[in-house]
Amino acid sequence: MNISIRTLAAASVAALSLLAGSALAEDKLVIGTEGAYPPFNSLEANGNLTGFDIDIAKALCVEMKASCTFVTNDWDGIIPALQAKKFDAIIASMSITPERKEQVAFSKKYYNTPPAIAVPKDSPIKDATPASLKGKTLGAQGSTTHANYVEKHMPDSELKLYPTSDEYKLDVSNGRIDGVVDDIVVLSQWVKSDAGSCCKILSPLPIDPVINGEGAGIAVRKTETALADKFTAAIAAIRANGTYKKIQDQYFDFDVYGDK
Amino acid sequence: MTAVTELIPARPAPAAVRAPISVARIAGIVVLALWALLAFGLLMTVINGWDEAKFLRYGPRYLHGLWVTVSLVGLSIVLGALLSIPIAFARMAKNRLLNGIAYCYVYLFRSTPLLAQLFLIYYGLGSFKPQLEAVGLWWFFREAWYCGLFSFVLNTAAYQAEILRGAIESVPRGQHEGAAALGLSRRIAFRKIILPQALIVALRPYGNEIVLMMKGSAVVAIVTVYDLMGETRYAFSRTFDYQTYLWAAIFYLIMVEGLRQVWAVLEKRLTRHLKR
Amino acid sequence: MGGSLSALLDALDPLCGPVGLFRLFGPNSIISCGDTGWGDEIAFGVKVTITLALATVPVGLVLGFLIALAAQSEDRLLRLAAGIYTTIFRGLPELLTLFIVYYGAQILAQSVLASLGFEERIEINAFFAGMVALAVVFSSYSSEVLLSAFRAIPRGQYEAGDALGFRRHKTMRLIVLPQLIRIALPGLTNLWLILLKDTSYVSVVGLADIVRQTGVAARVSKEAFFFYFIACMLYLVLAMISSFGLGFVERWAQRSGVSR
Repeated sequence: MNISIRTLAAASVAALSLLAGSALAEDKLVIGTEGAYPPFNSLEANGNLTGFDIDIAKALCVEMKASCTFVTNDWDGIIPALQAKKFDAIIASMSITPERKEQVAFSKKYYNTPPAIAVPKDSPIKDATPASLKGKTLGAQGSTTHANYVEKHMPDSELKLYPTSDEYKLDVSNGRIDGVVDDIVVLSQWVKSDAGSCCKILSPLPIDPVINGEGAGIAVRKTETALADKFTAAIAAIRANGTYKKIQDQYFDFDVYGDK
Repeated sequence: MTAVTELIPARPAPAAVRAPISVARIAGIVVLALWALLAFGLLMTVINGWDEAKFLRYGPRYLHGLWVTVSLVGLSIVLGALLSIPIAFARMAKNRLLNGIAYCYVYLFRSTPLLAQLFLIYYGLGSFKPQLEAVGLWWFFREAWYCGLFSFVLNTAAYQAEILRGAIESVPRGQHEGAAALGLSRRIAFRKIILPQALIVALRPYGNEIVLMMKGSAVVAIVTVYDLMGETRYAFSRTFDYQTYLWAAIFYLIMVEGLRQVWAVLEKRLTRHLKR
Repeated sequence: MGGSLSALLDALDPLCGPVGLFRLFGPNSIISCGDTGWGDEIAFGVKVTITLALATVPVGLVLGFLIALAAQSEDRLLRLAAGIYTTIFRGLPELLTLFIVYYGAQILAQSVLASLGFEERIEINAFFAGMVALAVVFSSYSSEVLLSAFRAIPRGQYEAGDALGFRRHKTMRLIVLPQLIRIALPGLTNLWLILLKDTSYVSVVGLADIVRQTGVAARVSKEAFFFYFIACMLYLVLAMISSFGLGFVERWAQRSGVSR
């Protein structure tokens, strides 16, 4: 008797979930992120994901009433992986650029910070003009707007591409490369830490809208613009209800969202 | 006595028995059809995805990457061959300490992945910058290309030492004794009698080692060297176009197959006196 | 039952078990087995590496056996087909094969499913892609080993099978295969050791194997030399264990040859 009640219950649950199947399927989202870009997203020693992107993603999921799971993927292959349906959205500080818009659809930005260049403390480089960087070796993460930026604006510098930001950090502190270009938040957080004690921020770099785009957005497959719009709405909602500010204050002491 | 006065008239050859259609034939046709389909599909992807701007932009980069790969592998093989000589002789030495050291070297480098060795040298030694600067070696370990070369030389030297040792030990004792009987000094005997025979034995494994090195060299792409694989990853990261990998595959296949063919000709020519 | 079995396995875990290697360094070192250290992550990596290699072997061996059969078939077309296979997969770098399988299989599977009218998400994960790529490479090499072993078996053995009235597969199973295994074993042992090292490539597509896990630890802790040295040592130990074990198997397989 006991068993039959249980089976009955299980069957009814199964039936219910079948009925609700379509609605549930929409509300289950797999979020792709990199997990090697502190303070935005990174892995802790216990294997958990942490960072601004992750907390924002969780808040957005709550707002959208979706149950989200996270998957890490190497940055190099993160867009192909999205297209191959390994996940439904990328929340990994991905800048909204024209080049990427050919491949994926974006929500509106959820933050926007300028790029910067960091060099060793004893570096002879005095400013960030292309002339004074001529012949120097600069590092950046591959497939990023920062790498494209160096290629376009500092054509006389040698560019080295790294799979993750951790690796160029190792190499600039070793002195293998003369400087690194990345997001100012990432670099300033790093130079404040022990690991980044080798280096200083030389200067922020002027934003090139063609390359840096409109800030970091949430990427979804090109055909799923409805999902992008839902994310845009959710970003507006968490900004309005104060959740965004609460998360931002945990990580930064300034406004990362940028101009409206 | 009877004599044959009439020959049997010429008859047509018996009709060829048609081979029955066997499972093997069907399987062969199916698999070949699959290959053809795959080749056709790849060809269509290349034709459909053809983009002259991309070709002009990344074509020269591929050629540059090809050159980096070839020069890196060539240098590693030559330097590795030089380094392998003392190791091989140490492996054959009667001195147990020398023998033990060489054995450990060979065992260590042959049983760990090249990727891990490269990381150990590039990132691992990178963290000893002050010490390396003090001994004046930092300029070398600063460059990813040199680090790649260094780890490849160390790695291939271990493999080549084993090839060389195996080949020298494969020459029968009688050859040593024959040389001694002729009153040749050990040095001359080694150079004129043992080594030529050993190198012929070693020819094929050396060819395999070059092929393995060529394929293994793709790992330097991960430490920022723009070899063929590095340029491929670069092109892929900019275009997200799957074709970039197909082009790399074609280049690698041509290189490896070309080398195999050249090696086969070389082997045939060098061993023609052994043909019976 | 399952619980006690896993408890037993935990107790015998050579790295993070109660008498594990990483316990020797005390609870607060960087390779301890808790949330503070990287020991448990690395131990996980070792498990992934071993599982991957073990999962690859049967697939690779069966494929290799079929290809060896095809390569010595009397049919020209089948020989050609097998030749194309081995040429391609022995000519491509393992790393490239892995990328092609990792991205290509996903695109292929997706487009096949789409043409059949399915809109399901299918996940070709790094483990599966790694296993396929390694198995394909392993099979093209093992087919060579098996082929030369086939050639080492005299025709008379097959004829003896015919004389005894055996069917073809019975000849194969009772006469050829036992000899084949004995002859091919040293070559296969060698291929296993190569396979063990080749598994390191999967770290590049994000599978958490030894190199990947030690790499993450190295980057985060900035102790690059230490962790990559550990990685090398782990591979060394795995190679030593396997050559010891396989040497045992080889002696066992040769036992009938020795007594003669």
